[in-house]
Amino acid sequence: MPVRVHTTEPGFLEMLQNRYAGFVSSSERAEIEFDVDLTPPRSADPDADVSVTHERGRWTLQRGDFRAQWEPALRRGWIRQSANPYSIDAVLRIVHTLVLARQGGFLLHSASAIRNGKAFLFAGVSEAGKTTISRLAPPDVTLLTDEISYVRKEVRRQNAGYVAFGTPFTGELAKLGENVSAPIAALYLLAKGSENRIDPIPAGEAARSLLANLLFFAQDEELVQSTFHSAFEFVSRVPVARLTFVPDSRVWELIR
Amino acid sequence: MSKLYMARNPRVAARSLDGEMMIMSGRDSTLFTLNRTATILWQAADGATPLDEIVELRICHEFDVDRSQALQDAESLARELATHEILQISEEPITQPALQSGSSTGEAR
Repeated sequence: MPVRVHTTEPGFLEMLQNRYAGFVSSSERAEIEFDVDLTPPRSADPDADVSVTHERGRWTLQRGDFRAQWEPALRRGWIRQSANPYSIDAVLRIVHTLVLARQGGFLLHSASAIRNGKAFLFAGVSEAGKTTISRLAPPDVTLLTDEISYVRKEVRRQNAGYVAFGTPFTGELAKLGENVSAPIAALYLLAKGSENRIDPIPAGEAARSLLANLLFFAQDEELVQSTFHSAFEFVSRVPVARLTFVPDSRVWELIR
Repeated sequence: MSKLYMARNPRVAARSLDGEMMIMSGRDSTLFTLNRTATILWQAADGATPLDEIVELRICHEFDVDRSQALQDAESLARELATHEILQISEEPITQPALQSGSSTGEAR
């Protein structure tokens, strides 16, 4: 989803170009345009609760370090923040969750990678091993993200499936994903253990785990329902299993 | 003892998966997994059937339990589900057009 950012501050623009390198293009087409209004830095807590509300066709996004509004019908919005990359990064993540929710997709706390033309997702909370498994990936693996996976529902040849896309949203690895995509072959729930193995899990646990790892911010009943049902549709179409792994590269022998 | 009626809150999202009922609050995204008894109450909560009849026909029939104790437990459970806004409860039948559509519920797999 192309997003155009307007700013009068060249230094801020350059910072974004560096941060999102590989995801920046000169395309004229933009799904969303944001005017960024830079304010002087002030002490604000970037870990404060996010508020995402919807009123009369306009979304308002707020956290300690930013305030933003976005009108989907106009495809335009504005962001008020200081010249830091984290605030706009949060706004972009939230906006993507809102757009994807209406399309049957979502952002997921998971690493993801492509191997043999198939995408694999590795979900888990902090310390579950998302960064570790990304770091252990062999050379034939294309990393999409080590932190936030972008999942979109697509219909190809009358069959609905799910596709994972690379994102510039990084975790501890601090390495951007590749700007490519592939059909999702499996979602693995990460667990560290004394051996490498894949175990099936009951469908209910799969759905609960998926829901627990979704990024979702909006206080909006319609989107909550939409995202809830999307999660169930996903687990009915994509194999979900537990991947227990020793932190060494042999785990990738199981992922093909 | 007065009658108690229950209706599913149409503002929650609900799915049954392999016999396990999961419900998400539309207000704050909290996820609930219902046990067997709560699932029976949820499925039977049509706004028109009183709780004592549901207990008689569904819970006592399935679990072979004492009726008065089952009714007491079911009422307590219904009130708890109501505090989470999963169910609406009333001493009068509940008329709620949205219940008829079942638009917020679904069955997966």
